[in-house]
Amino acid sequence: MGRLRTIARRSFLIGSVAVAGGVAFGVWQLRRPLENPLRPDEGATLNPFVIVDGAGVTVIAPRAEMGQGIHTTLAALVAEELDVDMEGLRVLHGPPARAYYNSALLRGELRYHPEGLSGWRQVMADTLGAGGKLLRLQVTGGSTSTLDGFVRMRMAGATAREALKEAAARAHGVARDRLGTDGGHVVLPDGTRIPYGALAEAAAGVAPPEVALRPASDWRLLGQSQPRIDAVAKSTGTAEYAIDVRLPGMKFATVRMCPHPGGGMAGVDASAAEAMPGVAQIVDLDTGIAVVARTTWEAMQAAEAVEIEWTEGPGPATTEDAFAEIAAAFDARRNARPRNDGDVDAALRDTDGLSVEYRAPFLHHTTLEPMGAAALYDPDEPHLTLWSGNQAPVMHREKAAEAVGLSEDQVTLHTPMMGGGFGRRAEFDFTVLAARVARAVPGTPVQVTWSREEDMRHGFYRPGAIARMRGAVADGRVTAFEARVAAPSVTRQSSRRFAGFAPPGPDRGHLEGMADQPYAFAAARVEGYLAETVLPVGFWRAVGNSFNSFFHECFVDELAQAAGADPLAFRLDHLDDASCRDVLEAVAEMSDWTGRTPEGVGRGVAMTRSFGTPVAQVVEVADEDGAVRITRAWVACDIGRALDPRIVAQQMEGGLIQGLSAAAFEEITFEGGRTVQGNFPDYRPMRLPQAPRVAVRVLESGRHMGGAGEPATPPAMPALANAVFDLTGRRLRELPLSRHVAFAG
Amino acid sequence: MPITLRVNGDDVEIDLPGEVPLLWVLRDVLGLTGTKYGCGVAACGACTVHVGGEAVQSCQLPVAEVRDEVTTIEGLGTPDDPAPIQQAWIEHQVAQCGYCQSGQIMAAAALLARRPDPSDAEIDDALALNLCRCGTYGAIRAAVRTAARQMREA
Ligand code: FES
Ligand code: FES
Repeated sequence: MGRLRTIARRSFLIGSVAVAGGVAFGVWQLRRPLENPLRPDEGATLNPFVIVDGAGVTVIAPRAEMGQGIHTTLAALVAEELDVDMEGLRVLHGPPARAYYNSALLRGELRYHPEGLSGWRQVMADTLGAGGKLLRLQVTGGSTSTLDGFVRMRMAGATAREALKEAAARAHGVARDRLGTDGGHVVLPDGTRIPYGALAEAAAGVAPPEVALRPASDWRLLGQSQPRIDAVAKSTGTAEYAIDVRLPGMKFATVRMCPHPGGGMAGVDASAAEAMPGVAQIVDLDTGIAVVARTTWEAMQAAEAVEIEWTEGPGPATTEDAFAEIAAAFDARRNARPRNDGDVDAALRDTDGLSVEYRAPFLHHTTLEPMGAAALYDPDEPHLTLWSGNQAPVMHREKAAEAVGLSEDQVTLHTPMMGGGFGRRAEFDFTVLAARVARAVPGTPVQVTWSREEDMRHGFYRPGAIARMRGAVADGRVTAFEARVAAPSVTRQSSRRFAGFAPPGPDRGHLEGMADQPYAFAAARVEGYLAETVLPVGFWRAVGNSFNSFFHECFVDELAQAAGADPLAFRLDHLDDASCRDVLEAVAEMSDWTGRTPEGVGRGVAMTRSFGTPVAQVVEVADEDGAVRITRAWVACDIGRALDPRIVAQQMEGGLIQGLSAAAFEEITFEGGRTVQGNFPDYRPMRLPQAPRVAVRVLESGRHMGGAGEPATPPAMPALANAVFDLTGRRLRELPLSRHVAFAG
Repeated sequence: MPITLRVNGDDVEIDLPGEVPLLWVLRDVLGLTGTKYGCGVAACGACTVHVGGEAVQSCQLPVAEVRDEVTTIEGLGTPDDPAPIQQAWIEHQVAQCGYCQSGQIMAAAALLARRPDPSDAEIDDALALNLCRCGTYGAIRAAVRTAARQMREA
């Protein structure tokens, strides 16, 4: 029984399987339906994390590398237990779990821990019961990757180490516990070193031993900053992104789709485009076209030359209409009221409280690598191979297969490096379009690259949002706090796209960053209202936090002002959580916060706890000939435990910059039922001369383990708005701030 | 009539209309994919290469108008033998997604060739066009300063 419990708590088993010239270690995954529960191997595949063969050690990253450094941390988790040097490791993106190495793996004999069979069944029944669901969850997002890999990757490394030792033990007639491991070798008692590669095939014949993880006090790699696995490739132009995939005989294509959400195509005249140099084929995609050509540029020129009559969609014509849809949600049924403490109405009745409205605009991801994918449709098998930088491989493959009439087994999806993701690459539209273009040119590999204009006008935008805030203070304390937030629901819209239905009930994501902040207010009420829209909205770095933090932390500043209190001290007075207080105190110390600034300088503070990590920031601005210059920023986070402190710090700085950029400059608007912005001159992310000097402190309280990729983005927006208030005395309740103040270039 | 170019020390013949921008000749014809496409309108810097040692946006340069030798990120250094500026980039662990970094490095290399000891303002100026959506600006500034120092000392 004890054993079963152990396994159930661990909730997975590490197994191994022979692969050509070596062995793979990983977690068993179910396939559904499982025909014979007594032979789980018949319905299972291994989702490998480590492959050891003659070529060395390869780590399979189950999560996407979009720049957040996760491959390096996942590799370090494996290396910590496996005793290999980071330099020699190869890291690959895991393809969709069910297909991973399918041909190679299933040719080998599936093996599982013999004693673990009962445990395996326990796991199956208790935790993997919803196998199908787990498989769909191969998604990178929610700043969860490190958390998710923390145990699994180390287990895979430890299991591999012990299996390699066992293989050496058998070959040399020595007990396994007398062997050591070091730098990719098993070390015999006499000091002889056997490289892992030489033991790999034999290790495939060993039942993976039961292992215990090393305590943190023994770690050599984790907790230390590692050189990023991809630093050299990304500094020499040799990292391969989807846009860089080149195959013999490849053609280059682009798409031009209907710019009206929900609209279509009434007529097409491609005659001029067809006659243009280099053009091979124009493909009808029902609601748009693709041009296949000799070079990407020729494809883009020809796509512009195709005369298309678009039909408009049912969406709002203008930005004002889009916000009218959002405002209308306040009059419709409330979706959620996750917080309702004390008597807010009574508290507000007795005072002249604040009652204000905030607005956040639609935003675009503008990953620097535009959307696109490479694809090859082989008509003989038939089989589709895709190279797509994506955050959700299982879903991308499923949707691509559906679009070209193949089964998922007939589609191979490779995930190259991504030139930024920020949530955009969870959407599968670009993978599906590449699949359809490839289907139209069977046998010809095709690289489909969207123009920047196409990318910007076919976004899944961070939704615009409106907050109606009321509150009151007395004797330095908040007596009432009310937030009512309306926005299109990202959760619902994306669930409909991903799974065909929207989960009913309260939408938690919508109020992230508003309902879940650990402020002790005497009376507090938070309500969510969901707007219906056909405008495509999606996951944008930090999702709901990205607008709620702006509303919440600017309004807390207003309450502090009403109370005549220092905004930082006021927060400390109300915060109910030790880590949140720690990060505020840290950022106060780092910035020498006094609550006073010299003439011509302004400072703002904000704190948001999202994805398990509280982040406090102080932003400083200065007047430069009537324009606002963002001069400095200080960031403190409590991530609980930092596996790689430099990568965490980089995520904090990058997240801050993205938040400042959005707050100062970024906005998507609509006119005539289309997105106005098409390229960087009209959508203006922050540039290097506009970026502040940034200092980051990473606290490790050990109280929790939080995410790193997203939590620094939300507080940057209110911190900047509060700084601009401190400088100018203008309380701007609408983003981007550049609508109201000029920023220095 | 084919166009002759000198790219990273090699002479190459291009049989394409002269108006095709250099960027796409590099990427789609020569397979030099280290130079990136980000905007096509000289607004992001991802496509920055050197022509005659000057940093230029290759997305806006018709191949027929290339009058001088072209150097791309691949010609600057290799993974086994990175140029000093690339070493500084590696030392500072600048790259996050990395997509902008070829352009950043080429812009910075052209600056240092011209100004071995640039001021902070000159660094900001030289890199003002080059967008980074991952927010690596602080690390870029630090890497340029390190590279400048190391190149002066070398
Ligand atoms: S692609 Fe040339 S500057 Fe953006
Ligand atoms: S590192 Fe991602 S765009 Fe610069």
